[in-house]
Order: sequence, then structure tokens, then C-alpha cells
Amino acid sequence: MSYRTPLSALLIGLPLYFSFSGLIQADKTTVSQLLDSYNNLGATVADSKKGEVLWKKTYISNGEFPQRSCTTCHTEDLTKTGKHIKTGKEIKPMSPTTNPDRLTSIKKIKKWFKRNCKWTMGRECTPQEKADMLVFIENQTNF
Amino acid sequence: MKSLLAISSIVFTIGVLSIPAVWSDDDFNWKEMGKYRDKSSDVAALTNPLYKEECGSCHMSYPPGLLPERSWLRMMSGLEDHFGDNAELDSDTARLIEQFLVTNSADKSDYRKSARFNQSINKSNIPLRISEVSYFKHEHDEIPQRLVSGNPQVKSFSDCIACHINAEQGQFNEDDVKIPGYGQWDD
Repeated sequence: MSYRTPLSALLIGLPLYFSFSGLIQADKTTVSQLLDSYNNLGATVADSKKGEVLWKKTYISNGEFPQRSCTTCHTEDLTKTGKHIKTGKEIKPMSPTTNPDRLTSIKKIKKWFKRNCKWTMGRECTPQEKADMLVFIENQTNF
Repeated sequence: MKSLLAISSIVFTIGVLSIPAVWSDDDFNWKEMGKYRDKSSDVAALTNPLYKEECGSCHMSYPPGLLPERSWLRMMSGLEDHFGDNAELDSDTARLIEQFLVTNSADKSDYRKSARFNQSINKSNIPLRISEVSYFKHEHDEIPQRLVSGNPQVKSFSDCIACHINAEQGQFNEDDVKIPGYGQWDD
């Protein structure tokens, strides 16, 4: 078969290699693009430890669920499936290692930060807080 | 020559495989087929992927044919406090979803149960909870509380799909009801 010649192997292999490396790159840039945008809004270096503190902190609300935290719905273990406190609907794990769909869409990340910061903390998160939590979530693995 | 043949056959195969994708027109097919092929359907089946994604990630994707247009318009104008949760959407997404809800609302739909829901709502009322609509209450008034709020697998009337196993296909017939821990409901 002509496929066995080195030239055709290259011709087939190279585009394949580039298309896959492109996919992996895309995941990386989602987070780094967002971090860049937070830097432009005044955030400094993102700190995963601070992100973890924010993630586990409890906020007091006047609403139906007076004690609110990210962990209320997402649990403390981000590799585990969460549960919507009100509707009981399942929430897929936040960790990108257990759930590769996580942190792949800028639009989704922005949407959920906006909604969930407002529900949990009663205000929007600052760019620094978002940066810290983003790297915290990114660092969650189950091994 | 062999490789030329191989490449052209690959190109041909890709072409043939992509024909159904080019031909199919999801919106048209679903709506029309749902209407005429299966007239026993209670409300229209849910087929809008954007709606499922945006609204169905926190709760069951409620069929738009269970509330009238005015209810959906009010719902969409208050997403910042959506039954105590923040469900804000960007304006483009919100517009598309509102369009979908209005087009398929109970007062626009000719499905059997949609018409019943609509007829039971006083014209001056703008219900936001499906479970507060008269027709809904009437249909559920014989179900004891212990099977709903007292049932850990159901909890409230808001989770249609807990008992109406084919709710997202628009089926709310009694034959499709299976109450967790109880079984088939028959009255």
C-alpha cells in the first residue's frame, strides 16, 4: 500500500497531530484567556489557596437558604457530583479531570460566575476572586 | 493510482454521510410530526437544545405549553430572582428562549393539555408556577401529600418528571404516571 511510504504517513499524520494539539491548546487558552482578562481588570497573580478559602466560605443570606456556600450545591469534593439545593437536580463534577467539559467555554464560565456569585455572596465576584477560584477549580484532581 | 482511489473514496464517503445532516430540518420535522403523527400527545415534546441547556441545567425543562404567553414574558423579565435563584441570561440567549417559550405557550398551542391549562387560567391572572394553575390543581387533588411532599424521591409537585416519566416527551397521561415508592397511579 502506498500509505506505507514515509511521505504519505507524514501527509496524514501531520494534519492529525495539529488538529489534536489544537484541541488541547483550546482547553488551556480558555482559562488563560480569562485570567488575562481578569488581570486587565486589576487582578494580580491567581492564587489557588485563596480560591479554596472562597469556595468553602459560608455567606449569610436573607433568602430561603440562609447559609450559602459554593459547597452547598457543588460539595467540598469537586470530583464528586453535586446537587442543586432547591430542585435536587444533579450537577456534574466541577473538576476538569473528572469532567473534561469543565472550563472549556468562556461564555459558560462567565454566566455561572455571575449567577452563582450573586446567589451565594449576594454580589458579583471581583476579578481577583474569580481568578483565584478559577485556578482552584482547575487544580482539582482525583489522584 | 491506488492512493488516488483511496482518497476519492474517502471524500465520497464523507459526502454521502453528510447528506442527512444537510437535509434534516429539526424544527420543522419535530413540530409537524409531533402534531399529526401522535395526536394523543398532551403537550408538545421538548426539542429545543438551547432551552434544555439553559433552563434544564437547574431543573426539569418544563414544557412551554403549560403556561400562557403572559406568564413566560413575566418569567423572562425577572430571571435575576427566579424563585429565589439567580438565573440571569445574556440578552441574545434570553431573546431566543423567550421566542421559543412564547411560540409554544399554552395559549398558542393546540395540544390537548395545553388548551386545558390555558382555559383554566383566569384571563387577568399571570401564574408563574405551573403547579398553581387551576387545571393542574384539579388533576392532582386526589394525590395524598405523603406521596409528594412526604416522599423523599418526589419532594414537591415541581418535579414533574419524578412521577410523569415521559414528561419531557410531552406525555402527562395517567398511564405514564409512576410514583416512586408507590407505583402506577390509578384513580
